[in-house]
Amino acid sequence: MNYQFNWSVLWSGQSGQWLLQGIVTTLEISLLAWLLAVALGILSGALRTVPLAPLRAVATAYVEFFRNVPLLVWMFFWYFAAPPLLPEATREWLFNHGAEFWAGTLALGVYHGARFSEVIRAGIQSIPRTQFEAGISTGLSTAQVYRLIIIPVALRLIIPPATNESLNLLKNSSVALTIGVAELTFQTRQIETYTAKAFEALAGGTVIYLALCVSIAFVMARVERRFAIPGMIARVGSVGQQ
Amino acid sequence: MDFTVIYRNLDFLFLQGLLGIGGFVGGTLRLALPAMLLGFVLGIFVGLARLARSRWLRVPATIYVEFFRGVPLVMVIFWFWFILPVLLRTALPEYGVALMAFVVFEAAYIGEIVRAGIQSVPRGQVEATTSAGLSSPQTMRYVILPQALRNMIPALLTQFIVLFKDTSLASIIGYVDLTKAAQIVNNREIRPFELYLFIAVVYWLCAYGMSRYARHLERRLAPA
Repeated sequence: MNYQFNWSVLWSGQSGQWLLQGIVTTLEISLLAWLLAVALGILSGALRTVPLAPLRAVATAYVEFFRNVPLLVWMFFWYFAAPPLLPEATREWLFNHGAEFWAGTLALGVYHGARFSEVIRAGIQSIPRTQFEAGISTGLSTAQVYRLIIIPVALRLIIPPATNESLNLLKNSSVALTIGVAELTFQTRQIETYTAKAFEALAGGTVIYLALCVSIAFVMARVERRFAIPGMIARVGSVGQQ
Repeated sequence: MDFTVIYRNLDFLFLQGLLGIGGFVGGTLRLALPAMLLGFVLGIFVGLARLARSRWLRVPATIYVEFFRGVPLVMVIFWFWFILPVLLRTALPEYGVALMAFVVFEAAYIGEIVRAGIQSVPRGQVEATTSAGLSSPQTMRYVILPQALRNMIPALLTQFIVLFKDTSLASIIGYVDLTKAAQIVNNREIRPFELYLFIAVVYWLCAYGMSRYARHLERRLAPA
């Protein structure tokens, strides 16, 4: 092969700038979507274990509906299908303020919220029922038992599967390129298009994803050790990949 | 709202998009089914290599699994899309590129399922077969794999659901699956709400149906 390698496209000039912007955008969309997903996940995961059937049904419907449809379809739905339902002025404002970014964040957050929900539900269900009963018998309300006992303990038990799920979210943020969010994968493609250095661009993007995943996993392993509850062995399974 | 757009394009969406019968080489199932089958074959080797005693098998298999589990599928599809034609010195159709990308990517995940399945067979059985005089390949073939495969079925079905949803990503290189079919119709009709809602429902029915069945199998196959 007569391919001329030119690795400097990854750090010099315009293309280096693009790559850096891509990393920043990937981290931004992942972080915002992660906050949304964790909030939705804790709420719906907790609701799926409460004694009240209608609340359980609402939470179950949310989880089953969102996680059984491809993320890409949700991206298209939030970006192309939902905005025409909004009032004219809101829509105009959105499209002047990075609508694709917000649609992408919403798609990613709501989809992964349904997946986080399963992780959190498994965590809550691994806590012995007696803790709940003990809380009630000391005079706490159901909401208080959840807020003060069940959820704090569950969050400490689920660190490994939650880390796994967070990494899935980070990797899945790449799907946002389909609606034009200029994240890392989008930028590697752009570099490829402008410099014709496909190999370098893809290798650069791949290494950055791997580095992000490995460093998050490393930090979370330390967090897990720090927050482990002595005497309580987590038996929480992961709920699969992607 | 004009849902007749679905009715008018039903043939294209279902036959071309979902099944792959029509003018384009496409179809969600035409990609997902062979990808699962071939991914499983490759995944068995990856899973066995992960458990091999030889370091020369174990280390590369571990790197393979960790690499593909640490990289977004979109990135893997682009790798195959750009690099395969350079390596093979010939243009490849979208179908070939997508199929290869999915097989290689899925094998990393299925390899872990295979590994877990093999490890779920009690250690005592290996010792029993050794004392009964079976060789190590014989033990694997007649004792461990049959039981391990049975234990893997629910996890494999769950993985197939994941793959079924992920095939929508093949549309980014132009493969005409259900998602791309909806995009094509939308370009002509400009009915995004109806079309994307419709394919969401189709994906949902398939994935939810399969996940119910997986749960049923899990209960039925659970060791008593």
